[in-house]
Amino acid sequence: MLTLQCPYCGVWAEETELHAEGEAHLKRFGPGSDDADFESYLFMRENPKGVHFERWRHSNGCGKFFHAARCTMTLEVFGTYPAQTLEPPQDIKDKISAKQPGWSWRDFS
Amino acid sequence: MSTRLTTGGRLLNKSKQVTFSFNGKQFTGFEGDTLASALLANDQMLMGRSFKYHRPRGVVASGAEEPNALVNLGTGGKFEPNQRATTTELYDGLTCTSQNHWPSLEFDVGVINNYAARALPAGFYYKTFMAPAAAWKHVFEPIVRHSAGLGKAPKDRDADRYEHFYAFFDVVVVGGGVAGLMAAKAAGQSGAKVLLMEQTAHWGGRAPVDGGKVDGVKVDDFIDATVAELEAMDNVTLRNRMMGAGVYDHGYILGYERLTDHAPLLDGPRHRLWRIRAKQIVTATGAIERPLSFAGNDIPGVMLASAMRDYVENFGVSAGDRTVVVTNNDDAYRTALALKAAGLDVPVILDARASGGGVLADEAKAAGIRVEVGKGIAKVKGGKRVTGVAICAQAGEGAVLEEIACDAVAMSGGWSPVVHLWSHCGGKLIWDEAQAHFRPDPDRAPTSHDGKPFVSTAGTASGPLKLDDVLVDGLKAGEAAAEAAGFTVTAADEPKGEVHDEAPLQACWLMPQGAGPKLRMKAWLDYQNDVKVSDVKLAAQEGYESVEHTKRYTTLGMATDQGKLSNINGLAVLSDALNQPIPATGTTTFRPPYTPISMGAIAGEARDEVFQPLRRTPIHAWHEANGAFFEPVGHWRRPYCFPRGQESHADAVSREIRQTRDSVGLLDASTLGKIIVKGPDAGKFLDMMYTNMMSTLKPGKCRYGLMCNENGFLIDDGVVARIDEDTFLCHTTTGGAERIHGWMEDWLQCEWWDWQVYTANVTEQYAQIAVVGPNARKVIEKLGGEMDVSKEGLAFMEWKDGKIGDFDARAYRISFSGELSYEIAVPASQGRAFWDALLEAGKEFNIMPYGTEALHVMRAEKGFIMIGDETDGTVIPQDLNMQWAISKKKEDFLGKRAQMRDHMASEDRWKLAGFETEDGSVIPDGAYIVAHGTNANGQRNVQGRVTSTYYSPTLDRGIAMGLIHGGMKRLGDVVEFNKVDGSTVKAKVVDPVFYDKDGEKQNV
Amino acid sequence: MSEAVSALDGATFEGFAKVEETGLRGMITVRGDLASKEMSAAIKAATGAAVPAQRKVTSGDKGAVAWMSPDELLVVVDYASVNETVATMTDGLKGSHALVANVSDARAVFRVSGDSSRDVLAKLAPVDFARDAFGAGDIRRSRIAQVPAAVWGNEDGSFEVICFRSVAQYVFDVLKVSAQPGGDVGFH
Repeated sequence: MLTLQCPYCGVWAEETELHAEGEAHLKRFGPGSDDADFESYLFMRENPKGVHFERWRHSNGCGKFFHAARCTMTLEVFGTYPAQTLEPPQDIKDKISAKQPGWSWRDFS
Repeated sequence: MSTRLTTGGRLLNKSKQVTFSFNGKQFTGFEGDTLASALLANDQMLMGRSFKYHRPRGVVASGAEEPNALVNLGTGGKFEPNQRATTTELYDGLTCTSQNHWPSLEFDVGVINNYAARALPAGFYYKTFMAPAAAWKHVFEPIVRHSAGLGKAPKDRDADRYEHFYAFFDVVVVGGGVAGLMAAKAAGQSGAKVLLMEQTAHWGGRAPVDGGKVDGVKVDDFIDATVAELEAMDNVTLRNRMMGAGVYDHGYILGYERLTDHAPLLDGPRHRLWRIRAKQIVTATGAIERPLSFAGNDIPGVMLASAMRDYVENFGVSAGDRTVVVTNNDDAYRTALALKAAGLDVPVILDARASGGGVLADEAKAAGIRVEVGKGIAKVKGGKRVTGVAICAQAGEGAVLEEIACDAVAMSGGWSPVVHLWSHCGGKLIWDEAQAHFRPDPDRAPTSHDGKPFVSTAGTASGPLKLDDVLVDGLKAGEAAAEAAGFTVTAADEPKGEVHDEAPLQACWLMPQGAGPKLRMKAWLDYQNDVKVSDVKLAAQEGYESVEHTKRYTTLGMATDQGKLSNINGLAVLSDALNQPIPATGTTTFRPPYTPISMGAIAGEARDEVFQPLRRTPIHAWHEANGAFFEPVGHWRRPYCFPRGQESHADAVSREIRQTRDSVGLLDASTLGKIIVKGPDAGKFLDMMYTNMMSTLKPGKCRYGLMCNENGFLIDDGVVARIDEDTFLCHTTTGGAERIHGWMEDWLQCEWWDWQVYTANVTEQYAQIAVVGPNARKVIEKLGGEMDVSKEGLAFMEWKDGKIGDFDARAYRISFSGELSYEIAVPASQGRAFWDALLEAGKEFNIMPYGTEALHVMRAEKGFIMIGDETDGTVIPQDLNMQWAISKKKEDFLGKRAQMRDHMASEDRWKLAGFETEDGSVIPDGAYIVAHGTNANGQRNVQGRVTSTYYSPTLDRGIAMGLIHGGMKRLGDVVEFNKVDGSTVKAKVVDPVFYDKDGEKQNV
Repeated sequence: MSEAVSALDGATFEGFAKVEETGLRGMITVRGDLASKEMSAAIKAATGAAVPAQRKVTSGDKGAVAWMSPDELLVVVDYASVNETVATMTDGLKGSHALVANVSDARAVFRVSGDSSRDVLAKLAPVDFARDAFGAGDIRRSRIAQVPAAVWGNEDGSFEVICFRSVAQYVFDVLKVSAQPGGDVGFH
């Protein structure tokens, strides 16, 4: 059972306090978008063996949504960060690069 | 025979005799006994029957690894099957029975399986699937079902209580043997917060049995002194009778504490499951002795050499008068010496090693024991008890050299570290050729959230077996764990343990080495599941090369002992059959728990009244007191109806509806979600959340709205009230409050975080009561107060704050029934009083509450949809003819893009219509509208389905809504719904609004 | 105003620790910019307390304030004065983007007291209740068994547990089970 540190309230929360909320950094496509983009937004998800970016909610806690960068193989957590961002912070990307050189995930590397 | 000795028994309190019963027979033992030692003391060697062949079985081990001595323990609400006699502490009045036999342990009809063993080979179960289907149904399934299961299932509810406990430590040490004690002490001295847990009631593990000295003092005294030191440390918690059950991700470890198993009369929880987070975990879990695989190694009287020593030293019990010792290592010589010292006869030690043993062998010879090297057991003689052994050369094929009479056999195949906890979370193993065992590979430890190792091993769990090495390994492990947890360690003096030189072990996986099929068929690997050497060989021959496949095919290691004795021997035999080295075969996966834990401990406090949370409205107590029949809605319990006297539920619902339509009824609507949405961008935000336009709603007004997800599907609906320019109050469905609040927060926090909007879920701040029916206004007016609830004062789809009677109220003129209706919210703490006041005021109108079923029927009569009935996660508003609630002016809202996809816009979608059966009957729930022909699977084609179907007391006939191909274009068609009995019922497609089509009744 | 009744009307249980429903409490959810001057002024005016730091509770002469999230506070005052406090807060935050809502009736509050009160709580919440990890003036939102709850430490060593009103009976019941005689863990 994972523990993640909520970047909002600072608590190291175990999974029973958290709710998994799917993939992070999805770009929303609304009316006017073409079918391919919209389909990708709705249905296409990463399922990596390795570095992954996820959304979590501290549902039995402060109620905030946050992002987590972690490895699905080793369960190492490279960092958690607030949801109000379009991409992972540089320091977390650097940390991943140090551990897993050459990683990439969608547009990030 | 097995008996109590006059000497020995370091764990016994011989001044305290206890009585217990086994299969109805009364026995006595001492305080400090285990059930197994006490049974042995009473010459009860036969303790159970095996799973598959029902062979007679005696105890083989002395601890958690025991596969044979399983009993049904206790009676009534304290009954529990499959309890290991070796880990069950004896108490006065203990009652148990042996398992898996009929009619009795001594005479078991099931033993016929033993003689039919040839017909029940490895994979028997799977092979039955290949036979004709009829054979499975009529032959194999009855046989398998009859023979399945070990103990009996409990019949009564569990009389004990259980609990969880969350605790946090820097270092958790599992295992209170000398290595664990050293590790805990080293970590404790650094200042780290330490937990040391030990599964038995005693500290020190096996060291006191093996004897020796530490720093010149007897090991027993060293243990006592170390425990005293640990007890004096404030930062160290010591818990015995607590097992490390499992190690999981990110330092999560379960401790299974058995509080009253040894003393059932104690008040308090029986088991406590510690849910621990540890920065570092040290597993000092010791090692388990391996059996040797020779023919007849399962006959009662054949035991692990270490276990036999335990029984003599710890409990003063002998397994037999004449014990043959058979071994491939020096440790078993200790058993021979211990037996001899206890005055028992050891006719011979059979040492499979051609070169024989070391110093201990010399001691044995000096004690007058005959030692035969390069020899082994060809077969054990006896049925329900060992009567002798046939000796052969280990190197040969089993030609008998000599037969020796004896009543017990002590065997030792070497020691395997207990690597379970190390392996649970991904720790890897390496094969140690010298010790012939897998041990933890310290370079490939389980890693935690920081990517760093969080589990280490100490003592024999790491591999070393000698006292000296064990102590130092424990110390070092404790120091390293404390450092890894962020503490500073000052190096302590290394304890010096007394050691003897030992001759190396020689791996021995089959005895004799060249044993033929006949002997292999009687050489047991897994005692509990009856897996023999021949079964593993057969599995290999039939192509099961992966150890995981062989395990499942043969069931090796799949019993309640999870192969603690059998796994290494089994995979060595498999490796031999596959002609590959043991590391190439590898091990099966170690999974928690280490030994079975009680279901009660897993459930913890969650049983009976608090099995799951029940949500209660402020009026719940009234409902209960007035005979409400409740239905679950999420975690809420809502009254379904309020039956009176002998009235049926259906009659109660009809009465409630007629009363409401004719006069006035009350509904406890407190469960409806209420979410405040406030801020300069609140209108803009709600325009995105709802398909309707909400930003144009005027303060003081209400609007019904629909919510869709990004797939376009309906997820919720409800009435939105605009409170002021910046503030809206959104009602959700009962089940939707938390979900929709989370949904709103999701979009605000993660997508439109620059929009100025705050939300608050105020669902439970209010008790909300719907006053419904033609006399609703009169009832409210009777309460008095300043609020004008007249047609003009509070028009349909308006809301207003003010006093109704004494109450601070907010009234909404909204209707889900089609009647004149007010939904009135008051503070929850005044809810019950308000309900009572309404009942009082409504007396002259025969006011009565109605339940959710009446609510459903009335809304269906009006053709109103219900989330969860008309919708199932695949339905869009357009399917429900609700284009009127979808704004065409808005550029965007959640779900809009999806509703433009081809499939969503298709004319082929099933759409809402009403249905009336020709005979007035009620269409069955879940019925489909059948169509011509059949599909590729031979099933009847369908063209729609019913979504809501009720008996309408208002119309005195069945009414229904459903989705049908073509929707309202099919008006007037007659279609057929299937029924459970295979027939169909004819129904006409009609307008789904069955009652007051013009809406005149709600607007008065 | 009609007489207001709390969810369990002051129910109590005495086990190896004491569990009691405290009765009605004035509670106000405040959302806004916690760092703003307007917020600290409004909080000061309403309670006499300062805006608390992360996971802290502050007290003043008129009430206490608990940190709930980076943009949310819970103001706790006497039940009788809650409307007045709501008005003070609303007035103080006029012109700022903020939300002030009376949630007094949406909650139930329990006090757990006695030497072993930490053990009672540690059976139900995945929270470190060690003395050096959680003390007076600390608040932690988590869960109590299966429902969300917040726990804070009082100066006298007791704890207060806040949950939703609908699950008051459930929370009281699990606290009772946890505090049952014989269940003392002797840990904290």
